Parts: sequence; C-alpha cells; structure tokens
Amino acid sequence: MSRSGSSRLSSDSRAAFRSGVRDVLPALPANVPFGVIAGVATVGAGFDPVQATAFAGMLFAGAAQVAAVELLGQNAPIAVVVLTALVVNLRYLMYSASLGAHFRDLSARWKVVVAFFLLDVTYALSVAQFEGRDRLDPAGDGRWYYLGTAIPLWAAWVGSSVVGIVFGARVPEGWHLDFAIPLLFMGLLFPALDGRPSYLAAGAAAVLAVAGFGLPFNVGILVAALGGIVAGVLAEGVGARREGAAER
Amino acid sequence: MSAQSLADTSIWLVVLAASVGTFAIRLSFVALFGRLEEVPPGLERALKFVPAAVLTALVAPRLVYLDGTLALGVGNDRLLAGALAAVVAWRTESMLWTIVAGMAALWTLKWLALGL
Repeated sequence: MSRSGSSRLSSDSRAAFRSGVRDVLPALPANVPFGVIAGVATVGAGFDPVQATAFAGMLFAGAAQVAAVELLGQNAPIAVVVLTALVVNLRYLMYSASLGAHFRDLSARWKVVVAFFLLDVTYALSVAQFEGRDRLDPAGDGRWYYLGTAIPLWAAWVGSSVVGIVFGARVPEGWHLDFAIPLLFMGLLFPALDGRPSYLAAGAAAVLAVAGFGLPFNVGILVAALGGIVAGVLAEGVGARREGAAER
Repeated sequence: MSAQSLADTSIWLVVLAASVGTFAIRLSFVALFGRLEEVPPGLERALKFVPAAVLTALVAPRLVYLDGTLALGVGNDRLLAGALAAVVAWRTESMLWTIVAGMAALWTLKWLALGL
C-alpha cells in the first residue's frame, strides 16, 4: 500500500474504512482457531517458520493451505500439490465474478489490491454494502470499506498462523489436534449445501475421495473434487429437464 | 544436506506457485470486467458446486481411513466423533461449535478406551 493517498483521504473514506473494520470484527474469533490449526499443520509438514509464515500471508486461503501441506507431507508431486490447492480455491472465481461487476471502474492498482484480499468474508460483507439500501459506491468509499474488512482479517490470519507455527512444534500427539482440520472443513461444508444437486455433488466427491485414496501421485482429492462438480452439474441438468417435462 | 536443500526448493516452489495461481483466480473477473459483460453461464453453473465437492473430498478420507486402511466400524473413533460433529455442523452451521463438539467427542472416546 502506498502512503501517498492516506494524507488526502476524505473523512467519508475514513468513516467507510472504520465501518468495514467494525463489521469484520465479529468474524475474527472464528478465524483464529483456523489460523492456529493451519500453522500447526504447516510446520508439522516440514516447513520452517519463515516458509510457513510466508505461505499464510501470501496465499491467504486456509483450506487450500492445509490441503497443500498435507499432500507435501505425503511426498506428493509438486504439480499435484499446487493443482489441488488451486482447485480448492476455485470458489474465488465466483466471488471474483460477482465483485468484478461492482469494481469495474477501479484503477488497475486498486483491482490488484481488491483481488489479493478476496475471501468469503470480505466478499460477503462488501457485496451487502454495495447492494443494500444506503449503498456505498464501490469506486468511491466502497473500496475503503472493503479494505477495512480485509486488513484486520489478513492481520488476524497471519497473527494466528504465527501462534500455531511457534506453538506447533510443541503440541503433544495425544491432543489429536490434527483432527480439528476435517472438523473445520465440516463447519464450512454444511452452509454450502443447498438443494439436491449440491448433496449429490458432495456424495459423489465423498465416494470418489474414499475410493481414490490410494491413487498414484495423490491425485485422489483432485479427481474427487472435479468428479463432485461434474455430478452436481449433471444432477441439476436432470432436475431442470424433469421440471420442464412436468410443466408440458 | 542436498536432500534438505531440495525440500526447501520444493517448499518455496509450492508457496510461490500456489500463491500466484490463487491470486490469478481472484484477479480473473475483477480484471476482465472492463472487456466482459457477464460470466459465462456454463462456468457459473459448475462453480456453484465447488465448495460442496471440494470440502467433502477433503473431509471424507480423514474420517474413514485409520492408519492408511479403511475402517468403517465402531472401532474408528474419528468416524464416530466426525459423525457427531457433522450433526452439530448441520444444526448450528457454526465452525466453532463443530470443532468443539468433534474434539470433545474424540477425547471422550480415547479416554474411555484407556479406561477399559
């Protein structure tokens, strides 16, 4: 971030930034255990503290980070590790598409900043502001509101990751802290299930992931995720055709 | 020494490639929207299912495999604790309660096993 703009910031921009900070605060506590758990898992897979901190700060995507370090720990090929992380992050394409329409008129530099911090939480809070009744202009104060949600979230993520990284070497095996990872994904999964096609997508992915556990190069998760997406699309197509037939 | 440096190189490679690739995903439509009026409908249809498919693919193997072998019985503590956590996740949709319930269930099962 350049400091040149801060001195010329209007009071409205500052107020928008502060209201973004205020709105994101309730979301921070839930992210702290995630950061700690991801930090523990990352040093557990053989990252040194610098590498683990850099990964948390640059990737800024917990689920993908955990999936990647686990595969690395199992000596999966680098291409599979990176591809798996990117497939886990495919959902950001959705947010990018939705927010891109709002941020159409931003400068190229702002677009880079917006993109870097794009996450479930920053997306959801900002879209609510841009589409609500007292709308913020995304190209004006709205971008400062977005930054207000993003910076505390990023700081809390890196901070809690560092706690996990420092603490990670000393967690006793008997605590079974690694089990927190699937639990965490479960907490994210259920809100994402909506309608029969999404249940079928999840079911197909589960079966494929379990069946593909022993596949060469650890491609099981990759195949399962893509298979689940295909199953969801097909199920929705069948459902739509059925409805069409029923109407005729 | 050389094995260590190779591991270091591959770790940095993963950090950079995953971060740059993820940034490209995030930037994609934000950058494209000057030239593009809407998201291709086929892509939008597929992306809807990404969270459900990806998260399930990450969870399922961790619950049913015990030390690399399939364990679908009551002897698998993680499967039982995971099933309880799934119910909590479904009812509360809260990440914190899901983790608390699942960990508490796992510790209880392990503690019971020690007592028997």
